[in-house]
Amino acid sequence: MLTAPKLDYALLAPILIILGAALIGVLVEAFVKQAWRARLQLTIALGAIVISFEQLFRVRNQGSSIAAVTSVSIDGAGIFLQGAILIFAFLGILIIADQDNFAAQASALPGSVEEASAIQAGKQQTEVFPLTLFAVSGMMLFPVATDFITLFVALEVLSLPLYLMAGLSRRRRLLSQEAALKYFLLGAYSSAFFLFGSALLYGYSGTLSLNGLTDAIRGAGGNDVFLLLGITFLSVGLLFKVGAVPFHSWTPDVYQGAPTPITGFMAAATKAAAFGATLRIFYLGLDAAQTSWKPIISVIAVLTMIVGSIAAISQRDMKRMLAFSSIAHAGFILTAVVSLSQNALSATLFYLLAYGIATIGAFGIVTLVRDSAGEVSDVNRWVGLGKRSPLVASAFSLFLLSFAGIPLTSGFVGKFSIFSAAYESGNIYLVVAGVLSSAIAVFFYLRVILMLFFVDSKTDSISVVIPSILTRISISICALVTIILGIAPSLLFDIAQNFAYFLR
Amino acid sequence: MSILTSLQLLPLIGALVIAILPASNAKLVKQVALGFSLLVTLASVVMALGFDRSNSALQFTEVRTWISAFNINYAVGVDGMALVLILMTTILVPIVFLAGWNESENGRWNVKVFYILLLILETMMIGVFAATDVFLFYVIFEAMLLPVYFLIGGYGSGERAAAAMKFLLYSLFGGLLMLAAVIGLYIISTNQGGATFDIARLSELTIDSATQNWLFLGFFIAFAIKAPLWPFHTWLPTAAKSATAGTSTLLLGVLDKVGTYGMIRFCMSFFPDASKTFTPVIITLAVISILYGAFLAIGQKDINSLIAFTSISHFGFITLGIFALTSQSLSGAIFYMVNHGFSTAALFLTAGWMAKRRGSTQIADFGGLQRVAPVLAWSFFLAGMSALALPGLSSFVSEFLVLLGSFAKYPVAAILGTTGIILAALYVLLAVQRSLHGETPASSSAIPDLNLREKIAIAPVIVVLVLLGFYPKPALEVINSTTETVMIHAGVSDPVAKVAK
Repeated sequence: MLTAPKLDYALLAPILIILGAALIGVLVEAFVKQAWRARLQLTIALGAIVISFEQLFRVRNQGSSIAAVTSVSIDGAGIFLQGAILIFAFLGILIIADQDNFAAQASALPGSVEEASAIQAGKQQTEVFPLTLFAVSGMMLFPVATDFITLFVALEVLSLPLYLMAGLSRRRRLLSQEAALKYFLLGAYSSAFFLFGSALLYGYSGTLSLNGLTDAIRGAGGNDVFLLLGITFLSVGLLFKVGAVPFHSWTPDVYQGAPTPITGFMAAATKAAAFGATLRIFYLGLDAAQTSWKPIISVIAVLTMIVGSIAAISQRDMKRMLAFSSIAHAGFILTAVVSLSQNALSATLFYLLAYGIATIGAFGIVTLVRDSAGEVSDVNRWVGLGKRSPLVASAFSLFLLSFAGIPLTSGFVGKFSIFSAAYESGNIYLVVAGVLSSAIAVFFYLRVILMLFFVDSKTDSISVVIPSILTRISISICALVTIILGIAPSLLFDIAQNFAYFLR
Repeated sequence: MSILTSLQLLPLIGALVIAILPASNAKLVKQVALGFSLLVTLASVVMALGFDRSNSALQFTEVRTWISAFNINYAVGVDGMALVLILMTTILVPIVFLAGWNESENGRWNVKVFYILLLILETMMIGVFAATDVFLFYVIFEAMLLPVYFLIGGYGSGERAAAAMKFLLYSLFGGLLMLAAVIGLYIISTNQGGATFDIARLSELTIDSATQNWLFLGFFIAFAIKAPLWPFHTWLPTAAKSATAGTSTLLLGVLDKVGTYGMIRFCMSFFPDASKTFTPVIITLAVISILYGAFLAIGQKDINSLIAFTSISHFGFITLGIFALTSQSLSGAIFYMVNHGFSTAALFLTAGWMAKRRGSTQIADFGGLQRVAPVLAWSFFLAGMSALALPGLSSFVSEFLVLLGSFAKYPVAAILGTTGIILAALYVLLAVQRSLHGETPASSSAIPDLNLREKIAIAPVIVVLVLLGFYPKPALEVINSTTETVMIHAGVSDPVAKVAK
């Protein structure tokens, strides 16, 4: 007889609440009058995130490796990352709520009569809210999933809405749709790699769970060729999601084409989710085979840091520059994956949260700088912004300084803790590579600050729009957190340390 | 709360007060800034009077937990060396305020921003010398670059944005190398039974020689960029050329001292063996700096670049004194750091006044200044004399000590260094002759002499230079305690004369 699996609903509730709210959002799209939708959707989304966070807070000290039989393990690192993703979603949705960034009717062909009439009629599609929530639920599941099927499902649940969201931009729609298609095609490839890797690992160990895989590796039972190929393909899938070299080429295109609020949310939250899963897989499932993957992942980490930093120098588009900077950051975090220690884990948790918040803030500011045709992301046209909008320029500089890892910002503490964990585990060459690529990266961050403050603009065509109150709240929170975590990092670091454990 | 913490808080409070003042009232902003900086001076003098000279341990210490996860503390304390450097800083800041009363007015931003940046910089300059926790030191070491960056880029002249960028990139590059070394030290301390950033405990670590060499280089290159040693010096002349006189004074007078200070405090005490290994290389670099700086100074047409190159030469002397590691040369080097601060202040401030009055920084544009503006001319002359270390002025004492001390161990380096003094006479006297003497061009005939404010600003600098020149004992006494500690820790004693009576 088939018995129903035992589920620990209290621990799964945070994910279920978000998923439920997303479904309600779909119903709202179908049944509620157009005029009310946007406000209602926003309320539902923010409300669900707050309730979910509260539930997460309530169960923060519980944990179970069998929250859903052997498929989900809610533990310290998982809870921390789920919390981080919820925070990103909250801050991200505040900016997404500025509907002006999204296509009036996504299904209308760019430049068609249909599109023009949709704009004329003042239509606004609000699907982006439920889509975001679906993505969030996938992101929350991804870092806590402990078997390959659940991992794959979570990966798809988080990816599919993002593919759509990348194509929703109101302006430069062709670029946006191209980005969405690219993201989808490459994402599909990487999912296939991931799945193929899972299948090979199943062939090796005869089980889908990470624990079972570890036991199999320890027992040295199976065929090593399957193991190595499995690790390789699985890694390709994961490294694609985190945007590591040489699987990074989608990042700049998608970051540039997607609507900027989506880019910010995606850059922060996807990275947290994907690194959460990566850490769990490598720390729990594959640590017994570390001699076989550590060297290659180390090389990838070094490549990612250096290629990201160098390529960013030549970018003329702000969003592409930030995309390459996020690639470089992925490299820094990969050094923590290789370090395989509790300190590295807590450093990564801190880093992901601090970096994500600065990222949302930075992209939030990109949404504000516009001319008559919409957002201006050409770096050269940002010159002299410091004179016209000192506050916005200062906040943007703050985020850049945090990315650059200048002391008294959250980025510095993150970098310090990750590098010290890497040094501690004996990977000194990674620290040296990290330091050198930071030195390269400093150059382009500073160049932007220099342009903002020290160069006078010849034309006055760009302006900073007055941000909506929600966007303002979101950016202010991001800026405040970036400074506070720079001055008093213990506030978060102690929490990260307490939560830095995986349950087997 | 230690008086050191109050010293750091005072300028910050000043910056906050200025932030809420109306920007339109520039005069009030300046007065408040000056008032706060004088308060800091007063407090630091009180601290200096309370300093126990017979005690070689750190004084006025305070330790508070900052980041417990890494055992990072807010830890401050001073020994003799830190004390004199802090005193120099707190005396120079109000002088810079007073001397450059109007230099904030043609910047990119308003007067408020200028003084807020300067006051924040003062907090950090005190903090960097007071920090006894390596992490805290590093944070301030890096963070203090930003106010300077904005001061050069926002209020400087000429290619100011490029100069600011060059300065920041060089410094950050050095800083990142140092970060790797700081992390290395921290991990070594973790492995040897207790993660710590405390300077005293870190200097007791036993580190194998290969690691020591690498970590030493991480620190040393950062410091060699900061206190520019050939070949890491190229950012300095551009920065000095573009910055305002006041910013240059603080940049060369105080900030660059962090480099030489760091060599003594960190390189020497953490890595005594590596210091010995690298001494020949470093002494060579120091001698090259002395000669190179002096030769290039002779050829400079711009007065600010000239001062910058003289400083490169003087930093060569200081580094020579530090790494020769005899008690005389080390005391001389520390004393030189103070004297160089006042001496460059005098040079930059008088040169700044000259340039402002004449509307040019080219030496060739001056001439016959002593006839129209005698007080200004004499001040510049005295500043120049201090730069060439004329006996009777304080730089002579320190230069003499450095050369004397170095000669005992490295006679060739000392002899080559001595030729630097001759070159110094050449570049100073040439500049003096071209700018002060000769015909007064018609365009300079209406140049006004120093006003009362400017006289008040330059007077204390000259008093210090003369006073310490004739009676250096109080400063040297304070410094000697540090010298002894460093020498004992490095396990070195002074060479004894070979021929006994």
